[in-house]
Amino acid sequence: MGDYILLAISCILVNNILLAQYLGCCPFMGTSKKMETAIGMGMAVIFVLVMAGSITWLIDAYVLKPFKLEYLRTISFILVIASLVQFVEMFLRKSIPALYKGLGIFLPLITTNCAVMGVCLININEEYTFIQSLVTSFSYATGFALALVLFAGVRERILLARVPKPLEDTAIGLVTAGMLSLAFFAFKGMV
Amino acid sequence: MAKSITQEFVKGLWDEIPPFRLVLGLCPVLAVTKSVENGLGMGVAVIFVLVCSNILVSLLRNIIPSKVRIACFIVIIATFVIVVELLMQAYTYALFLKLGIFIPLIVVNCILLGRAEAFAYKNGVVASIADGFGIGIGFTLSLVSIGALREVFGNGTFFGTSVFGPSYQPFTFMVEAPGAFVCLGLMLCMMNLAGKK
Repeated sequence: MGDYILLAISCILVNNILLAQYLGCCPFMGTSKKMETAIGMGMAVIFVLVMAGSITWLIDAYVLKPFKLEYLRTISFILVIASLVQFVEMFLRKSIPALYKGLGIFLPLITTNCAVMGVCLININEEYTFIQSLVTSFSYATGFALALVLFAGVRERILLARVPKPLEDTAIGLVTAGMLSLAFFAFKGMV
Repeated sequence: MAKSITQEFVKGLWDEIPPFRLVLGLCPVLAVTKSVENGLGMGVAVIFVLVCSNILVSLLRNIIPSKVRIACFIVIIATFVIVVELLMQAYTYALFLKLGIFIPLIVVNCILLGRAEAFAYKNGVVASIADGFGIGIGFTLSLVSIGALREVFGNGTFFGTSVFGPSYQPFTFMVEAPGAFVCLGLMLCMMNLAGKK
């Protein structure tokens, strides 16, 4: 049990998927302008990543490995993620309309979110067990949501500040992300 | 045809140079630019995949139904990414290990899907090749320049050879994650300053 908690902490804080491993930067810059969209995106990523992490692990262990098809990993994972996202979208629209309204517009974006694909590949490369990869998927996604929400909070304040003209928008966003990343850097010694 | 082939090529080098003008595909830009060598390797891989997928998408653009086009683009791109992955594993194994997870992640690089959707699906083969090379080379140039900046200051080396001599105290901030964000942000600022319209 202690191992899992340690793994979770290291995935959320120390190896934060956004700020330490640079995965999922496009939605990070794109959806962090408002707090609401940031929360929506964060929740959608948690939801999809846990499902994608477990399904890709099962496919890798029971389909790709027994048939020696490891070189097809990239294409099969991306197809799994794309169809999963589509499926989740349809399912939510039919059965949980309230949640669909909240996550709706962010779901299609997740297909090209490299954090999702990245975590699935990390799980395989590190040779995690099924439970471990469930834990990592969930905690990486939580780390993503945490960083996104924190960053959105900072970015809403930047709107009120007077930023030099050439630095506006994305440029100041990246510099701010650097500062946030510096803060997360301090967790390096923890685990 | 409003634009000539040369214009399609040149626009990728300055007017629409990714990731500065088109803010797409940030993840590999931040992750693999610890050194010039990594940036160059990544850039070449992206050029290959981009040109090949542009060719195939523009050849098949009359066959692919528009409703499932995104899925088709992804399959085409993923195929070429696997080709690149296997080639790099065979011929440049050291680089393959360094770039690691970021080679399969070319699949989800928005630049590739973006060019397939915005350009290759609507234009002929020759124009798509020019566009692929232009954007790809522009992307490589950015990767190499960011890589150079970070490697020279963060490590005191350029392509692995020492620049400032042994007495140089490396500015480690630059090669770590925070430096990547700040460095890219400042370069974006420079680009905005230089190319004011």
